[in-house]
Amino acid sequence: MKDLFFKNSISLRIFSFLLIIVIWEVAALLVQSRVLPSPLVVFEIFWRELFFGEMLYHLGITLWRVVIAFFIAMIVGTGLGIVMGARKNVNLILDGWHILLLNTPALVTIILCYVWFGLNEVAAVTAVALNKIPNVVVTVREGTRAVDTKLLQVAEVFKLSYKKKFLNFFFPQLYPYIMASARGGIALIWKIVLVVELLGRSNGIGFKLNEFFNLFDIASIFAYTLAFVTVMMFVEFCIALPIERRIMKWRQT
Amino acid sequence: MNTDSISKSKYHLNVKVDNKDYKDIKTESILTAIKNMNFKVLEGQFCCLLGPSGCGKTTLLNILSGLDNNYEGNIEFDDGSTLKNSSVGYMFQEPRLLPWLTVKENVEIVTQQTKQEKELSSSILENMGLLKNMESFPSQLSGGMQRRVAIARAFVNKPKILLLDEPFISLDITAANLLRSMLINMWLQQKTTIIFVTHDIREAIYLGDRILFLSKGPSKVIYDYKVNLKRPREMENKDIENLRNELMQDHPSIITGVGEKIL
Repeated sequence: MKDLFFKNSISLRIFSFLLIIVIWEVAALLVQSRVLPSPLVVFEIFWRELFFGEMLYHLGITLWRVVIAFFIAMIVGTGLGIVMGARKNVNLILDGWHILLLNTPALVTIILCYVWFGLNEVAAVTAVALNKIPNVVVTVREGTRAVDTKLLQVAEVFKLSYKKKFLNFFFPQLYPYIMASARGGIALIWKIVLVVELLGRSNGIGFKLNEFFNLFDIASIFAYTLAFVTVMMFVEFCIALPIERRIMKWRQT
Repeated sequence: MNTDSISKSKYHLNVKVDNKDYKDIKTESILTAIKNMNFKVLEGQFCCLLGPSGCGKTTLLNILSGLDNNYEGNIEFDDGSTLKNSSVGYMFQEPRLLPWLTVKENVEIVTQQTKQEKELSSSILENMGLLKNMESFPSQLSGGMQRRVAIARAFVNKPKILLLDEPFISLDITAANLLRSMLINMWLQQKTTIIFVTHDIREAIYLGDRILFLSKGPSKVIYDYKVNLKRPREMENKDIENLRNELMQDHPSIITGVGEKIL
Protein backbone atom coordinates (compact mmCIF):
# COMPACT_ATOMS: atom_id res chain seq x y z
CA MET A 1 0.00 0.00 0.00
CA LYS A 2 2.75 2.40 0.98
CA ASP A 3 4.73 1.43 -2.10
CA LEU A 4 1.76 2.06 -4.32
CA PHE A 5 1.30 5.52 -2.82
CA PHE A 6 4.85 6.60 -3.57
CA LYS A 7 4.88 5.11 -7.05
CA ASN A 8 1.84 7.09 -8.10
CA SER A 9 3.04 10.38 -9.58
CA ILE A 10 -0.17 12.28 -8.76
CA SER A 11 -0.12 11.35 -5.09
CA LEU A 12 3.56 12.30 -4.98
CA ARG A 13 2.73 15.72 -6.38
CA ILE A 14 -0.04 16.22 -3.81
CA PHE A 15 2.28 15.04 -1.07
CA SER A 16 4.92 17.56 -2.12
CA PHE A 17 2.31 20.34 -2.18
CA LEU A 18 1.07 19.49 1.31
CA LEU A 19 4.63 19.28 2.57
CA ILE A 20 5.36 22.88 1.64
CA ILE A 21 2.16 24.07 3.35
CA VAL A 22 3.19 22.26 6.52
CA ILE A 23 6.72 23.72 6.43
CA TRP A 24 5.22 27.18 5.86
CA GLU A 25 2.77 26.79 8.74
CA VAL A 26 5.47 25.58 11.13
CA ALA A 27 7.82 28.41 10.10
CA ALA A 28 5.04 30.99 10.58
CA LEU A 29 4.27 29.60 14.03
CA LEU A 30 7.93 29.76 15.04
CA VAL A 31 8.59 33.27 13.70
CA GLN A 32 5.29 34.83 14.81
CA SER A 33 5.76 37.96 12.66
CA ARG A 34 3.85 40.13 10.18
CA VAL A 35 6.47 39.42 7.51
CA LEU A 36 5.63 35.70 7.43
CA PRO A 37 1.86 35.28 7.73
CA SER A 38 0.48 31.78 8.23
CA PRO A 39 -1.13 29.97 5.29
CA LEU A 40 -4.53 30.21 7.02
CA VAL A 41 -4.42 34.01 7.13
CA VAL A 42 -3.28 34.15 3.51
CA PHE A 43 -6.06 31.84 2.41
CA GLU A 44 -8.63 33.92 4.25
CA ILE A 45 -7.49 37.10 2.48
CA PHE A 46 -7.40 35.24 -0.81
CA TRP A 47 -11.00 34.13 -0.31
CA ARG A 48 -12.19 37.61 0.70
CA GLU A 49 -10.38 39.37 -2.17
CA LEU A 50 -11.58 36.82 -4.69
CA PHE A 51 -15.27 37.05 -3.87
CA PHE A 52 -15.66 40.48 -2.29
CA GLY A 53 -12.57 42.40 -3.41
CA GLU A 54 -10.94 43.52 -6.66
CA MET A 55 -8.77 40.48 -7.20
CA LEU A 56 -10.60 39.13 -10.26
CA TYR A 57 -10.46 42.51 -12.00
CA HIS A 58 -6.70 42.87 -11.52
CA LEU A 59 -6.11 39.25 -12.36
CA GLY A 60 -8.04 39.69 -15.60
CA ILE A 61 -6.13 42.82 -16.60
CA THR A 62 -2.77 41.15 -16.00
CA LEU A 63 -3.78 37.99 -17.79
CA TRP A 64 -4.93 40.00 -20.78
CA ARG A 65 -1.54 41.76 -20.96
CA VAL A 66 0.25 38.41 -20.68
CA VAL A 67 -1.79 36.91 -23.53
CA ILE A 68 -1.34 39.87 -25.90
CA ALA A 69 2.39 40.19 -25.21
CA PHE A 70 2.80 36.42 -25.56
CA PHE A 71 1.19 36.24 -28.97
CA ILE A 72 3.01 39.29 -30.30
CA ALA A 73 6.33 37.89 -29.07
CA MET A 74 5.70 34.41 -30.49
CA ILE A 75 4.53 35.63 -33.91
CA VAL A 76 7.24 38.26 -34.40
CA GLY A 77 9.95 36.06 -32.89
CA THR A 78 9.02 33.03 -35.01
CA GLY A 79 8.91 35.09 -38.19
CA LEU A 80 12.29 36.70 -37.51
CA GLY A 81 13.78 33.39 -36.39
CA ILE A 82 12.75 31.64 -39.62
CA VAL A 83 14.07 34.43 -41.85
CA MET A 84 17.33 34.71 -39.89
CA GLY A 85 17.79 30.94 -39.87
CA ALA A 86 17.10 30.54 -43.57
CA ARG A 87 18.86 33.62 -45.00
CA LYS A 88 22.50 34.14 -44.11
CA ASN A 89 22.58 37.79 -45.19
CA VAL A 90 19.52 38.76 -43.18
CA ASN A 91 21.08 37.06 -40.19
CA LEU A 92 24.31 39.02 -40.63
CA ILE A 93 22.36 42.29 -40.70
CA LEU A 94 20.05 41.56 -37.78
CA ASP A 95 22.31 39.51 -35.53
CA GLY A 96 24.06 42.50 -33.96
CA TRP A 97 20.74 44.18 -33.06
CA HIS A 98 19.50 40.86 -31.81
CA ILE A 99 22.43 40.37 -29.41
CA LEU A 100 22.01 43.96 -28.23
CA LEU A 101 18.33 43.40 -27.42
CA LEU A 102 19.02 39.98 -25.90
CA ASN A 103 21.42 41.56 -23.42
CA THR A 104 19.41 44.68 -22.60
CA PRO A 105 18.01 44.37 -19.06
CA ALA A 106 14.23 44.09 -18.93
CA LEU A 107 14.09 47.15 -16.72
CA VAL A 108 15.84 49.31 -19.34
CA THR A 109 13.42 48.21 -22.08
CA ILE A 110 10.47 48.97 -19.84
CA ILE A 111 11.71 52.43 -18.81
CA LEU A 112 12.56 53.39 -22.40
CA CYS A 113 9.17 52.22 -23.71
CA TYR A 114 7.36 54.31 -21.08
CA VAL A 115 9.56 57.33 -21.81
CA TRP A 116 9.15 57.07 -25.58
CA PHE A 117 5.54 55.93 -25.95
CA GLY A 118 4.03 57.34 -22.74
CA LEU A 119 2.50 55.59 -19.74
CA ASN A 120 -0.04 53.56 -21.73
CA GLU A 121 -1.07 50.01 -22.68
CA VAL A 122 0.85 50.01 -25.98
CA ALA A 123 4.09 50.88 -24.21
CA ALA A 124 3.46 48.27 -21.53
CA VAL A 125 2.74 45.41 -23.93
CA THR A 126 5.54 46.43 -26.31
CA ALA A 127 8.03 46.45 -23.45
CA VAL A 128 7.04 42.92 -22.44
CA ALA A 129 7.09 41.58 -26.00
CA LEU A 130 10.49 43.15 -26.68
CA ASN A 131 11.89 41.23 -23.74
CA LYS A 132 10.69 37.89 -25.07
CA ILE A 133 11.21 38.27 -28.84
CA PRO A 134 15.03 37.77 -28.78
CA ASN A 135 14.64 34.47 -26.88
CA VAL A 136 12.09 33.18 -29.39
CA VAL A 137 14.42 34.19 -32.23
CA VAL A 138 17.33 32.21 -30.71
CA THR A 139 15.30 28.99 -30.50
CA VAL A 140 13.42 29.24 -33.80
CA ARG A 141 16.56 30.21 -35.70
CA GLU A 142 18.27 27.09 -34.38
CA GLY A 143 15.24 25.06 -35.43
CA THR A 144 15.29 26.52 -38.95
CA ARG A 145 18.97 25.68 -39.32
CA ALA A 146 18.26 22.10 -38.22
CA VAL A 147 15.48 21.58 -40.80
CA ASP A 148 15.82 18.35 -42.77
CA THR A 149 16.21 19.45 -46.40
CA LYS A 150 15.67 15.87 -47.56
CA LEU A 151 12.00 16.24 -46.65
CA LEU A 152 11.81 19.57 -48.48
CA GLN A 153 13.17 17.80 -51.59
CA VAL A 154 10.14 15.51 -51.47
CA ALA A 155 7.90 18.56 -51.87
CA GLU A 156 10.08 19.75 -54.74
CA VAL A 157 10.15 16.55 -56.80
CA PHE A 158 6.39 16.12 -56.42
CA LYS A 159 6.04 19.74 -57.61
CA LEU A 160 3.92 20.84 -54.66
CA SER A 161 2.95 24.48 -54.21
CA TYR A 162 5.14 26.78 -52.16
CA LYS A 163 2.36 27.14 -49.61
CA LYS A 164 2.04 23.39 -49.14
CA LYS A 165 5.80 22.97 -48.92
CA PHE A 166 5.98 25.62 -46.19
CA LEU A 167 2.94 24.56 -44.17
CA ASN A 168 3.29 20.78 -44.40
CA PHE A 169 6.97 20.06 -44.98
CA PHE A 170 8.83 22.95 -43.35
CA PHE A 171 6.79 24.46 -40.53
CA PRO A 172 5.96 21.21 -38.65
CA GLN A 173 9.71 20.62 -38.30
CA LEU A 174 9.78 23.77 -36.14
CA TYR A 175 6.99 22.67 -33.76
CA PRO A 176 9.30 21.29 -31.05
CA TYR A 177 11.31 24.52 -31.07
CA ILE A 178 8.23 26.75 -31.05
CA MET A 179 6.66 24.73 -28.24
CA ALA A 180 9.86 24.93 -26.20
CA SER A 181 10.07 28.69 -26.53
CA ALA A 182 6.33 29.09 -25.90
CA ARG A 183 6.51 27.24 -22.58
CA GLY A 184 9.57 29.16 -21.46
CA GLY A 185 7.83 32.27 -22.75
CA ILE A 186 4.74 32.08 -20.56
CA ALA A 187 6.86 31.88 -17.42
CA LEU A 188 9.12 34.76 -18.44
CA ILE A 189 6.35 37.01 -19.71
CA TRP A 190 4.13 37.00 -16.66
CA LYS A 191 7.06 37.90 -14.45
CA ILE A 192 7.94 40.85 -16.65
CA VAL A 193 4.31 41.97 -16.90
CA LEU A 194 4.26 42.43 -13.12
CA VAL A 195 7.31 44.71 -13.28
CA VAL A 196 5.76 46.69 -16.13
CA GLU A 197 2.58 47.15 -14.06
CA LEU A 198 4.52 48.13 -10.99
CA LEU A 199 6.42 50.82 -12.89
CA GLY A 200 3.71 52.45 -14.93
CA ARG A 201 0.17 51.10 -14.75
CA SER A 202 -2.64 51.81 -12.32
CA ASN A 203 -4.13 48.33 -12.37
CA GLY A 204 -3.09 44.69 -12.55
CA ILE A 205 -1.40 42.35 -10.08
CA GLY A 206 1.93 44.19 -10.28
CA PHE A 207 0.24 47.47 -9.36
CA LYS A 208 -1.54 45.85 -6.40
CA LEU A 209 1.66 44.20 -5.16
CA ASN A 210 3.36 47.60 -5.08
CA GLU A 211 0.42 49.05 -3.18
CA PHE A 212 0.56 46.25 -0.57
CA PHE A 213 4.32 46.69 -0.32
CA ASN A 214 3.84 50.37 0.53
CA LEU A 215 1.26 49.42 3.18
CA PHE A 216 3.52 46.62 4.41
CA ASP A 217 0.63 44.19 3.91
CA ILE A 218 2.65 41.04 3.36
CA ALA A 219 -0.34 38.68 3.75
CA SER A 220 -2.08 40.31 0.77
CA ILE A 221 1.10 40.04 -1.29
CA PHE A 222 1.07 36.31 -0.58
CA ALA A 223 -2.62 36.07 -1.45
CA TYR A 224 -2.24 37.85 -4.81
CA THR A 225 0.85 35.85 -5.68
CA LEU A 226 -0.98 32.66 -4.84
CA ALA A 227 -3.85 33.66 -7.10
CA PHE A 228 -1.62 34.41 -10.04
CA VAL A 229 0.56 31.36 -9.70
CA THR A 230 -2.58 29.23 -9.57
CA VAL A 231 -3.83 30.76 -12.81
CA MET A 232 -0.47 30.25 -14.52
CA MET A 233 -0.34 26.63 -13.38
CA PHE A 234 -3.80 26.16 -14.80
CA VAL A 235 -2.58 27.61 -18.11
CA GLU A 236 0.41 25.28 -18.06
CA PHE A 237 -1.42 22.05 -17.25
CA CYS A 238 -4.79 22.62 -18.87
CA ILE A 239 -3.83 24.58 -21.99
CA ALA A 240 -0.12 24.34 -22.85
CA LEU A 241 0.41 20.66 -22.07
CA PRO A 242 -2.65 19.30 -23.89
CA ILE A 243 -1.81 21.41 -26.96
CA GLU A 244 1.74 20.10 -26.92
CA ARG A 245 0.54 16.51 -26.53
CA ARG A 246 -1.76 16.93 -29.46
CA ILE A 247 0.84 18.45 -31.75
CA MET A 248 3.50 15.95 -30.70
CA LYS A 249 1.22 12.92 -30.91
CA TRP A 250 3.41 11.32 -33.56
CA ARG A 251 6.42 11.43 -31.25
CA GLN A 252 4.92 9.43 -28.41
CA THR A 253 4.99 6.15 -30.24
CA MET B 1 6.41 -8.07 -72.97
CA ASN B 2 9.21 -6.07 -74.49
CA THR B 3 8.18 -6.03 -78.11
CA ASP B 4 4.67 -5.46 -76.91
CA SER B 5 5.44 -2.26 -75.11
CA ILE B 6 7.52 -0.96 -78.01
CA SER B 7 4.81 -1.41 -80.61
CA LYS B 8 2.19 0.28 -78.46
CA SER B 9 4.39 3.14 -77.32
CA LYS B 10 3.18 6.66 -77.95
CA TYR B 11 6.11 8.68 -76.71
CA HIS B 12 9.50 8.28 -75.31
CA LEU B 13 11.73 10.24 -73.04
CA ASN B 14 14.94 11.55 -74.58
CA VAL B 15 17.70 11.96 -72.05
CA LYS B 16 20.74 13.88 -73.23
CA VAL B 17 23.20 15.08 -70.63
CA ASP B 18 26.28 16.44 -72.39
CA ASN B 19 28.13 17.50 -69.30
CA LYS B 20 27.59 17.70 -65.56
CA ASP B 21 30.33 19.07 -63.35
CA TYR B 22 30.52 19.15 -59.61
CA LYS B 23 32.88 20.63 -57.11
CA ASP B 24 34.74 18.23 -54.89
CA ILE B 25 34.29 19.48 -51.34
CA LYS B 26 37.70 18.33 -50.08
CA THR B 27 39.97 19.37 -52.91
CA GLU B 28 37.77 22.21 -54.27
CA SER B 29 38.56 20.98 -57.79
CA ILE B 30 35.94 20.75 -60.52
CA LEU B 31 35.18 17.17 -61.51
CA THR B 32 32.95 15.74 -64.22
CA ALA B 33 30.18 13.44 -63.00
CA ILE B 34 28.42 12.76 -66.30
CA LYS B 35 29.77 13.06 -69.84
CA ASN B 36 27.84 12.45 -73.07
CA MET B 37 25.07 10.41 -71.56
CA ASN B 38 22.34 9.69 -74.13
CA PHE B 39 19.44 7.29 -73.94
CA LYS B 40 15.74 6.97 -74.68
CA VAL B 41 13.12 5.41 -72.47
CA LEU B 42 9.94 4.14 -74.10
CA GLU B 43 6.51 4.76 -72.63
CA GLY B 44 5.62 2.07 -70.13
CA GLN B 45 9.13 0.65 -70.09
CA PHE B 46 10.85 -0.51 -66.92
CA CYS B 47 14.37 0.74 -67.45
CA CYS B 48 17.15 -0.12 -64.98
CA LEU B 49 20.30 1.95 -64.69
CA LEU B 50 23.11 -0.21 -63.37
CA GLY B 51 26.40 1.23 -62.24
CA PRO B 52 29.00 1.21 -59.50
CA SER B 53 28.58 3.33 -56.39
CA GLY B 54 29.62 6.90 -56.92
CA CYS B 55 29.23 6.77 -60.69
CA GLY B 56 26.74 9.61 -60.70
CA LYS B 57 23.47 7.68 -60.67
CA THR B 58 21.91 9.83 -57.98
CA THR B 59 23.25 12.92 -59.75
CA LEU B 60 21.43 11.80 -62.88
CA LEU B 61 18.18 11.21 -60.99
CA ASN B 62 18.46 14.64 -59.39
CA ILE B 63 18.71 16.11 -62.88
CA LEU B 64 15.76 14.05 -64.14
CA SER B 65 13.61 15.00 -61.14
CA GLY B 66 14.35 18.70 -61.52
CA LEU B 67 16.17 19.03 -58.20
CA ASP B 68 19.36 19.88 -60.07
CA ASN B 69 19.14 22.25 -63.05
CA ASN B 70 22.83 23.01 -63.33
CA TYR B 71 23.90 20.82 -66.26
CA GLU B 72 24.49 20.97 -70.01
CA GLY B 73 22.03 19.00 -72.06
CA ASN B 74 18.39 18.52 -72.76
CA ILE B 75 15.74 16.21 -71.35
CA GLU B 76 12.29 16.08 -72.90
CA PHE B 77 9.56 13.78 -74.11
CA ASP B 78 9.20 13.54 -77.87
CA ASP B 79 5.61 14.76 -77.57
CA GLY B 80 7.22 18.07 -76.69
CA SER B 81 6.54 18.15 -72.97
CA THR B 82 9.40 18.48 -70.52
CA LEU B 83 9.90 16.93 -67.13
CA LYS B 84 9.28 20.35 -65.58
CA ASN B 85 5.66 20.43 -66.67
CA SER B 86 4.87 16.72 -66.31
CA SER B 87 4.15 14.82 -63.17
CA VAL B 88 7.16 12.98 -61.81
CA GLY B 89 7.18 10.37 -59.07
CA TYR B 90 10.26 9.76 -57.00
CA MET B 91 11.24 7.13 -54.51
CA PHE B 92 14.37 7.94 -52.56
CA GLN B 93 16.92 5.63 -50.97
CA GLU B 94 15.28 6.37 -47.62
CA PRO B 95 11.47 6.39 -47.30
CA ARG B 96 11.43 10.14 -46.49
CA LEU B 97 7.94 10.13 -45.01
CA LEU B 98 6.69 13.04 -42.94
CA PRO B 99 6.80 11.80 -39.33
CA TRP B 100 3.92 14.06 -38.21
CA LEU B 101 1.47 12.71 -40.79
CA THR B 102 -0.31 9.37 -40.76
CA VAL B 103 0.32 6.78 -43.47
CA LYS B 104 -2.78 7.88 -45.35
CA GLU B 105 -1.96 11.58 -45.05
CA ASN B 106 1.59 10.93 -46.23
CA VAL B 107 0.27 9.57 -49.51
CA GLU B 108 -2.52 12.13 -49.96
CA ILE B 109 -0.25 15.09 -49.29
CA VAL B 110 1.41 14.87 -52.73
CA THR B 111 -1.98 14.98 -54.51
CA GLN B 112 -4.49 17.79 -54.86
CA GLN B 113 -6.56 15.93 -52.24
CA THR B 114 -9.71 15.63 -54.34
CA LYS B 115 -12.20 12.93 -53.42
CA GLN B 116 -11.05 10.69 -56.26
CA GLU B 117 -7.40 11.05 -55.35
CA LYS B 118 -8.16 10.22 -51.73
CA GLU B 119 -9.98 7.08 -52.83
CA LEU B 120 -7.10 6.15 -55.11
CA SER B 121 -4.54 6.56 -52.32
CA SER B 122 -6.63 4.38 -50.03
CA SER B 123 -6.96 1.66 -52.65
CA ILE B 124 -3.24 1.71 -53.44
CA LEU B 125 -2.42 1.45 -49.73
CA GLU B 126 -4.87 -1.41 -49.45
CA ASN B 127 -3.12 -3.16 -52.34
CA MET B 128 0.14 -2.77 -50.51
CA GLY B 129 -1.33 -4.49 -47.47
CA LEU B 130 -1.46 -1.37 -45.34
CA LEU B 131 -5.22 -1.26 -44.72
CA LYS B 132 -4.72 -1.71 -40.99
CA ASN B 133 -2.00 0.92 -40.82
CA MET B 134 -3.77 3.84 -42.53
CA GLU B 135 -3.90 5.87 -39.32
CA SER B 136 -0.45 4.84 -38.01
CA PHE B 137 2.48 7.20 -37.90
CA PRO B 138 5.64 6.24 -39.82
CA SER B 139 7.56 5.69 -36.58
CA GLN B 140 5.17 2.83 -35.76
CA LEU B 141 6.02 0.96 -38.97
CA SER B 142 8.92 -1.31 -39.90
CA GLY B 143 11.42 -0.20 -42.51
CA GLY B 144 9.79 -2.39 -45.14
CA MET B 145 6.32 -1.00 -44.42
CA GLN B 146 7.62 2.55 -44.56
CA ARG B 147 8.96 1.80 -48.02
CA ARG B 148 5.56 0.46 -49.08
CA VAL B 149 4.08 3.81 -48.13
CA ALA B 150 6.80 5.48 -50.20
CA ILE B 151 5.88 3.27 -53.18
CA ALA B 152 2.21 4.19 -52.78
CA ARG B 153 3.14 7.88 -52.64
CA ALA B 154 5.27 7.53 -55.78
CA PHE B 155 2.39 6.00 -57.76
CA VAL B 156 -0.58 7.97 -56.45
CA ASN B 157 -0.26 10.85 -58.94
CA LYS B 158 -0.04 8.41 -61.87
CA PRO B 159 3.25 10.00 -62.86
CA LYS B 160 4.33 10.24 -66.46
CA ILE B 161 7.72 9.04 -65.28
CA LEU B 162 8.69 7.37 -62.03
CA LEU B 163 12.25 7.55 -60.70
CA LEU B 164 13.58 5.15 -58.09
CA ASP B 165 16.97 5.53 -56.46
CA GLU B 166 18.11 2.19 -54.97
CA PRO B 167 14.96 2.10 -52.83
CA PHE B 168 15.44 -1.40 -51.42
CA ILE B 169 18.96 -1.28 -50.05
CA SER B 170 19.35 -1.73 -46.29
CA LEU B 171 16.42 -4.18 -46.22
CA ASP B 172 16.65 -7.90 -45.56
CA ILE B 173 16.25 -10.21 -48.58
CA THR B 174 12.68 -11.31 -47.82
CA ALA B 175 11.39 -7.80 -47.27
CA ALA B 176 13.21 -6.54 -50.35
CA ASN B 177 11.79 -9.33 -52.54
CA LEU B 178 8.26 -8.64 -51.34
CA LEU B 179 8.63 -4.96 -52.15
CA ARG B 180 10.06 -5.74 -55.58
CA SER B 181 7.04 -7.85 -56.45
CA MET B 182 4.72 -5.13 -55.12
CA LEU B 183 6.53 -2.60 -57.28
CA ILE B 184 6.10 -4.82 -60.35
CA ASN B 185 2.38 -5.23 -59.60
CA MET B 186 1.86 -1.47 -59.33
CA TRP B 187 3.83 -0.94 -62.52
CA LEU B 188 1.74 -3.53 -64.40
CA GLN B 189 -1.47 -1.91 -63.15
CA GLN B 190 -0.56 1.66 -63.99
CA LYS B 191 1.78 1.03 -66.95
CA THR B 192 4.08 3.70 -65.64
CA THR B 193 7.39 4.54 -67.30
CA ILE B 194 10.09 3.73 -64.78
CA ILE B 195 13.76 4.57 -64.40
CA PHE B 196 15.20 2.42 -61.64
CA VAL B 197 18.72 2.97 -60.37
CA THR B 198 20.59 0.08 -58.76
CA HIS B 199 24.01 -1.47 -58.33
CA ASP B 200 22.56 -4.98 -57.92
CA ILE B 201 22.60 -6.88 -61.25
CA ARG B 202 20.12 -9.53 -60.05
CA GLU B 203 17.65 -6.87 -59.02
CA ALA B 204 18.04 -5.23 -62.42
CA ILE B 205 17.42 -8.52 -64.24
CA TYR B 206 14.41 -9.33 -62.07
CA LEU B 207 12.76 -5.92 -62.51
CA GLY B 208 13.80 -4.48 -65.83
CA ASP B 209 12.69 -4.69 -69.43
CA ARG B 210 16.07 -3.28 -70.17
CA ILE B 211 19.33 -2.57 -68.38
CA LEU B 212 21.60 0.35 -69.15
CA PHE B 213 25.13 -0.25 -67.89
CA LEU B 214 26.86 2.91 -66.75
CA SER B 215 30.61 3.43 -66.60
CA LYS B 216 32.57 4.74 -63.66
CA GLY B 217 32.63 8.53 -63.48
CA PRO B 218 32.47 10.53 -65.66
CA SER B 219 29.41 8.44 -66.28
CA LYS B 220 27.97 7.41 -69.64
CA VAL B 221 25.99 4.48 -71.05
CA ILE B 222 28.40 1.69 -72.08
CA TYR B 223 25.94 -1.11 -72.83
CA ASP B 224 22.23 -1.34 -73.53
CA TYR B 225 20.85 -4.76 -72.66
CA LYS B 226 17.36 -6.06 -73.32
CA VAL B 227 16.12 -8.52 -70.68
CA ASN B 228 14.43 -11.41 -72.48
CA LEU B 229 12.76 -13.10 -69.55
CA LYS B 230 9.07 -13.83 -69.32
CA ARG B 231 7.07 -12.28 -66.52
CA PRO B 232 6.16 -13.12 -63.83
CA ARG B 233 9.76 -13.68 -62.83
CA GLU B 234 11.09 -15.20 -59.63
CA MET B 235 13.88 -13.48 -57.77
CA GLU B 236 15.25 -16.75 -56.37
CA ASN B 237 15.20 -18.48 -59.70
CA LYS B 238 17.86 -20.12 -61.86
CA ASP B 239 16.92 -18.02 -64.88
CA ILE B 240 18.11 -14.86 -63.21
CA GLU B 241 21.27 -16.54 -61.99
CA ASN B 242 21.94 -17.94 -65.49
CA LEU B 243 21.39 -14.59 -67.16
CA ARG B 244 23.72 -12.96 -64.71
CA ASN B 245 26.46 -15.52 -65.39
CA GLU B 246 25.92 -15.19 -69.13
CA LEU B 247 26.34 -11.45 -68.94
CA MET B 248 29.46 -11.78 -66.83
CA GLN B 249 30.98 -14.20 -69.34
CA ASP B 250 30.05 -12.39 -72.49
CA HIS B 251 30.84 -8.91 -71.32
CA PRO B 252 33.41 -9.13 -68.54
CA SER B 253 34.70 -5.65 -69.28
CA ILE B 254 31.29 -4.13 -68.70
CA ILE B 255 30.81 -5.96 -65.48
CA THR B 256 34.21 -4.95 -64.17
CA GLY B 257 33.42 -1.45 -65.33
CA VAL B 258 30.29 -1.60 -63.27
CA GLY B 259 32.37 -2.37 -60.24
CA GLU B 260 33.00 -4.64 -57.37
CA LYS B 261 29.71 -4.10 -55.59
CA ILE B 262 27.78 -6.29 -58.02
CA LEU B 263 26.93 -9.69 -56.63
